[in-house]
Amino acid sequence: MAGQGSFFRRPEKAYWHPYLAGAILGVVLFLAFALTGNGLGSSGATSRIDAALVDIVAPAHVDRTPYLLKMAGGDRNPLDDWIVPVFIGALLGGFFSGWFNGRLRFQTTKGPQVSDRTRWTLAFLGGVIFLYGARMARGCTSGQALSGGATLAAGSWVIMLSIFASAYLLAYFVRKLWL
Amino acid sequence: MNFPLDALTAVSAANPWTYVVFGCIGFAFGFTLESAGFGDSRKLAAQFYFRELTVFKVMFTAIAVAMTLLFGAVGLGLVDFGHVWVNPTYLGSGVLGGLIMGVGFIVGGFCPTTSLASASTGKIDGMMFMAGGFVGAFVFGETESLFDHWYNNAGYHGRLTLDQVFGLPARGLVPIIVVAAVLLFWGAEQIERLVGRRDMSREPRWRGAGAVALVAAALGVLVIGNPSLEDRYAKLSFKRTEAVKQPDGKTAPVPRVYRADEMLAKRLAFVSPAEAFKARYQQAIKPVYLDVRTEADFNLYHLADAVHVPLARLDKIVPDLLSEPPANTVFITIGNDEELATRAWKLLVASGVQNVYILAGGVNGWIAAFGADDPALRPLPDAGPEQLRYAFSAALGDRYKSCAPDPRHHEKLAFEPRIVLQLRRDKSGGGCG
Repeated sequence: MAGQGSFFRRPEKAYWHPYLAGAILGVVLFLAFALTGNGLGSSGATSRIDAALVDIVAPAHVDRTPYLLKMAGGDRNPLDDWIVPVFIGALLGGFFSGWFNGRLRFQTTKGPQVSDRTRWTLAFLGGVIFLYGARMARGCTSGQALSGGATLAAGSWVIMLSIFASAYLLAYFVRKLWL
Repeated sequence: MNFPLDALTAVSAANPWTYVVFGCIGFAFGFTLESAGFGDSRKLAAQFYFRELTVFKVMFTAIAVAMTLLFGAVGLGLVDFGHVWVNPTYLGSGVLGGLIMGVGFIVGGFCPTTSLASASTGKIDGMMFMAGGFVGAFVFGETESLFDHWYNNAGYHGRLTLDQVFGLPARGLVPIIVVAAVLLFWGAEQIERLVGRRDMSREPRWRGAGAVALVAAALGVLVIGNPSLEDRYAKLSFKRTEAVKQPDGKTAPVPRVYRADEMLAKRLAFVSPAEAFKARYQQAIKPVYLDVRTEADFNLYHLADAVHVPLARLDKIVPDLLSEPPANTVFITIGNDEELATRAWKLLVASGVQNVYILAGGVNGWIAAFGADDPALRPLPDAGPEQLRYAFSAALGDRYKSCAPDPRHHEKLAFEPRIVLQLRRDKSGGGCG
């Protein structure tokens, strides 16, 4: 496993400069719109994968729940949607970038004052809360803030401001997690 | 070629290769986020303590760049904005959902897509966030029925964009937002210097040039303007199949592409009164009868359920027609004859509204088909073009018998079908839905 040639220990490279990363992300987003008419997203895939699992265990329940019915009712396949390949592609893209830039390793990113276990619990809890809010708002930071922001969707700008407003308001009270 | 590509606006397992395209877009998305450092929760959280504003810079640069390119391409007539998914505005669920997301962001240290970049590179907290996400989305699916009405209606404004809110053209709003972004980036760097104690002299010089280039591009969007409706009309194409006689004597359907003017010349855009009437009783089609005549004529006589939108006001409702009704909606424009309705058709199709047809013969043709033996309707032989060719005993609107003919008396109406349902994305079909 020594040396530059090994698969997992490639030399670690620096992150892209924020403006460069932003410009590239902007071009990717534009290409998505120009080619497909759709922006970027991921939270929708989470609920579609959920719906697919529920549909396996309790198909009758799906057919009685309006929200699930829209995705998985009857013989509809909830995974048959553009956002699912985007979700899988994003996982692969992240993995490839991590490998390519030598950042592929098991670790826990956290503030200096919290234990791994606390960080894991709070990350899990944060995921529960975030996705609940994302489904309520019909999209997350990518589907609403980024994609909706670029198309000038009024509701998306309001959602973007709401996300940052509550995160900034709460940040002081949970500063022990991060500082 | 018209973007977005038709083949990619309707994705399904029926066209597996469309999945490859979206997979590649997702790959580029994930690759970029990881390369920006979004796989590290510390970098994301630092945003909220003003230590480093990477998240703000990346996101707002991406929005500014994508917006400039998008509206530039729309202005050049390359991309049809009517077919680009614009998140419909739901203020109630949007604001509350946004506030909840902010809590999840600062507690969990990620947003959904950044957790993918994190989890895929081996970060355990990223995996935990992702796992929590599946639980959160599941819980939402199970609890949504408790507030379904509020979720689907509170503050609903349909396809509403900021240019409509501020009463500005989009091409004028783009440079304003880009200049604001550049000023905010300058402010963000000052904050990083003061709070985060960053040495700004080590920042690359090219960022100034980049800012100038972006502002110049945004001003370019303003200068290019929008393609006129005439330009867009000239670029339209419609796919139809035509029954063509083969050498062996049989007829086979052959796909054809028609220009808009050919659709009119070949009368492919006109539906007979019989077809317009039958559409009401078809499961697959939801007809909307758009009456574009004057209010006086509308009050005298109109089809049952007709929606009255005078031609002069038609452009105001285009955003609603693009987003509001279900995907199987068919619009039928109605005048007294065909001239006015054809102008309405041209405006609607050039604006990107799909499934638009013209009532052949207009209201006069409708009355000739369904109300010829009604003693209350007396023919006026000397009526001019685009005038009602009947005298009415009273302005009964849609209360004449022939406004809503009895379907039992007209079960066997013969007509040549013209309506070809072109499915567009419906409310839940695009975006993050």
